[in-house]
Amino acid sequence: MEKENATPNPRRDFLKKSSLITAVALTPTAAIKAADNQLDERIAQAIENVPCSIEINGTKHTMKIDPRITLLDLLRERLHLTGTKKGCDYGQCGACTVHVDGQRVNSCLTLAVMNDGKKVTTIEGLANGSELHPMQAAFIKHDGFQCGYCTPGQIMSAVACIREGHADNEGEIREFMSGNICRCGAYPNIVAAIQEVKKGGKNI
Amino acid sequence: MNTFFKADEPLQRVDGKMKVTGAAKYAAEYVLPDCRYAVLVTSSIAKGRIKSLDTKAASNAPGVIAVISYLNAIRPPGYAADNEHPTEPATGGQPHRVFYDNKVYFNGQPIAMVVADTFERATYAAHLVKAQYIVEEHLTDLNKNLDKGVLPASAKKNPKSPLADYDRGVVDGYKTAPVKLEMEYEHPAEMHNPMELQAIVAHWETDDKLTLYDKVQGTQPTQQNFAKEWKLPPENVKVIAPFVGGAFGNALHNWPHETAAIIAAKMIKKPVKLMLTREQMFFMVGYRPGTFQRIGIGANRDGKLVGISHFSIGQTSSYEEFTESVLQQTRMMYTAPNVSTRYRILPMDVSTPIWMRGPGEATGAFALESALDEIAYELNIDPLELRIINHTDQDPERNMPWSTKYLKECFKLGAEAIGWNKRPLKAGTLSDGPWKIGYGMAVGTFGANRRSAKVRAKLFANGSLLLQSAVTDIGPGTGTAMVGIATDAIGIPADQITFQLGNSEFPVAGNQGGSSTVNSVGSAVLAVCDVLKQKLLEMANQNMPEFKSATLEQVTFSNGGLQLKGGSAKTTIGDLMKKSGSADLDLIEEAKPGPEAAKYSKYSYSVHFVEVRVHSITGRIQVTKAVTCADAGKIINMKTAGNQMIGGVTGGIGMALTEDAVMDHRFGRYMTKDLADYHVPVHADVPHIEVRFVDKPDYIVDPMGTKGIGEIAIIGVAPAIANAIFNATGKRIRQLPITPDKLI
Repeated sequence: MEKENATPNPRRDFLKKSSLITAVALTPTAAIKAADNQLDERIAQAIENVPCSIEINGTKHTMKIDPRITLLDLLRERLHLTGTKKGCDYGQCGACTVHVDGQRVNSCLTLAVMNDGKKVTTIEGLANGSELHPMQAAFIKHDGFQCGYCTPGQIMSAVACIREGHADNEGEIREFMSGNICRCGAYPNIVAAIQEVKKGGKNI
Repeated sequence: MNTFFKADEPLQRVDGKMKVTGAAKYAAEYVLPDCRYAVLVTSSIAKGRIKSLDTKAASNAPGVIAVISYLNAIRPPGYAADNEHPTEPATGGQPHRVFYDNKVYFNGQPIAMVVADTFERATYAAHLVKAQYIVEEHLTDLNKNLDKGVLPASAKKNPKSPLADYDRGVVDGYKTAPVKLEMEYEHPAEMHNPMELQAIVAHWETDDKLTLYDKVQGTQPTQQNFAKEWKLPPENVKVIAPFVGGAFGNALHNWPHETAAIIAAKMIKKPVKLMLTREQMFFMVGYRPGTFQRIGIGANRDGKLVGISHFSIGQTSSYEEFTESVLQQTRMMYTAPNVSTRYRILPMDVSTPIWMRGPGEATGAFALESALDEIAYELNIDPLELRIINHTDQDPERNMPWSTKYLKECFKLGAEAIGWNKRPLKAGTLSDGPWKIGYGMAVGTFGANRRSAKVRAKLFANGSLLLQSAVTDIGPGTGTAMVGIATDAIGIPADQITFQLGNSEFPVAGNQGGSSTVNSVGSAVLAVCDVLKQKLLEMANQNMPEFKSATLEQVTFSNGGLQLKGGSAKTTIGDLMKKSGSADLDLIEEAKPGPEAAKYSKYSYSVHFVEVRVHSITGRIQVTKAVTCADAGKIINMKTAGNQMIGGVTGGIGMALTEDAVMDHRFGRYMTKDLADYHVPVHADVPHIEVRFVDKPDYIVDPMGTKGIGEIAIIGVAPAIANAIFNATGKRIRQLPITPDKLI
């Protein structure tokens, strides 16, 4: 973003052209002038660049960010950590589940700036190098997915579900995993994967 | 725990590791330099014209590069030129032309688009666009306009179309039966709601070369659509979709947002990314149309059906005709001598529906299989027995033999697994405290379709094999199945075979839809492997004395090599290619259905058995047990096939109990517009599901013997649940979804 603000903005040309093209003057001259002077950009720059430092998968990221950006969009659009998925953006589907300071969180419901100083783990940070996390391995073994889009969220949630002590039986797993929707309907296989990891007794 | 497969046994998903580590890339996840973000602005009326569109504030907002609407959008050269309402009454029509003019055809229609340098800036600016409308009276309520249905255009043109009126025996012959019933069934519009939001990154590499990273079920159908829309040679349009986050049919059509993104990318000369919001997913990317059905059914006292009359009317849009095969199962499943079907559609001021898993058939099966259950109680005959009484050994619709039909074996497998013999014949007899318990079953069927397809094979000198097809994988595990077919055919270990898909530049494959992928593309994999084997044999004939006169029948292909049957002579493929001085082999083979297939009626079958508990005070419904059985031909991979079956049952639980797109007809707008309002099944709604496959091949359909699974997995689930609820409570609910309020 900083880089983009430093370069001349090509949109000015487009807006000018488009106002000429369209007989209806959608963009009045005054606005074009304001845009030419880059006043709006200067104001925006002042309020859209909030310093923020978040440790993500063990790496500290110090950034200036738009206070409106969600943690989810920060991960996906700025840091290109696209393993965390956007399924609804309303906190209803769980596809964006990450761990913030060890707790499972819908990353679409938390603004990135609110996570200043916190530690975030995403699906990309779950495996130990090339060695899969036991939950990832169990999802493959039990075929706990089809299209794979809800899978990172299911896995992050499943790990937290066991850590929270909410995976003692099938019924409990179903209840405490119900914030993670799988439209393909691999639920029974996901439950089987979680049960296996739970029974394996490893400290995850 | 699962019992339908041993978790360690079959081939694991070849893309499993990518999916569990977040490495799998979906449409919106491609990073292109200078990519900009587009956000749509949508209409708040269902019908009328835009009087004025105020884009001033949006244009002036920080970071905004363009505000695009009908006022300034460039026109794809392939848009149909007419300015008039294209269909009235429906005559086929055409897809919605986004930003074409100021007309509004449905609520939630894209009317403008903001493009900005960040998603946040685009989202903010999109809220600043203000529209004023000239509102016209809209028609959105199917149930109040049942008399306005029309025959689809294709049926008007062709009286032999499966959508045309059909009569066997006497019209409404059911009325002559000693036992007869007449019922009305309905279900609301249902939304596919795949977890991945519809998304596209559109990139004009040059003025006439377009690359799309798009959520689609067919890379080449999409390529053809956009080549036509932009008047480009198809090879100038490249569509990339190796991972698709579910679709269930809603990516079988190209939608307005895709064209919008392509327009934006053309106008700003930069790549543009557009991802719909979950709310927008309810308005412009299709849905299972709300449908009203009427059934008359008559039988003799011994259970023999005398006749069935089945009428169906579903909604479509005013500008584009949508049809689906609702009445097929009624025509072919049972022996009834008198069968009449009537299919109508009602064009309304809504967006166009699109096939949703078990398209049409799932709708029709809800009415038909509920009606069978209803008459079974009337006759005091077990509903499973009633289906056996009316079982037919040849297709009564086309008077042709079945290619294969192991429906009775499905009945047996399922009845045993659920404990059908414990089911009381009389409704409302079993209970456990406040919970009433019931059992139900229903049948589903879907055509075993196959299309022609091509696959490219590259066999490398190290003995590894690369296969390529343009097909997509929306979740069933296409790559895994194809690797399974190839390893069986040519004996190269699965871990040395790669199947690449989801790229329009790869060899010909159609949409992933209609349960046809394995039948079609798998056949091409088999064909290309057959040619490779022939070529390897020729190399061995020429370069290895022991193989000099060997024929294909005398050679086994296994463990990455060739071995003479009953002899010790063997070689690895790698060694053979080295010895022969052969370069990498690279060839494309096509496979298509032969003439023999046309002599048979080809169907997959499913039978679903469920146990439900209904709370006698609150009406809460729980599916506590489900057994799903399929005659889907040969099963390529038990694990992925079983997963598809449980997924279908899960979708059916949603259809039966929770899914309801509620429209406020005062505004013609859906009130359910997110996953908190529109309930898809969650973990807590889905019990352990048992899967049983007959697993017998059907070589009429294709050389692997497969028949297709994806659709039959859901077809018949909703009526099985409705029937179980009747068995538990004695209450027959003919309106989906069956919510607790309907039971108390």
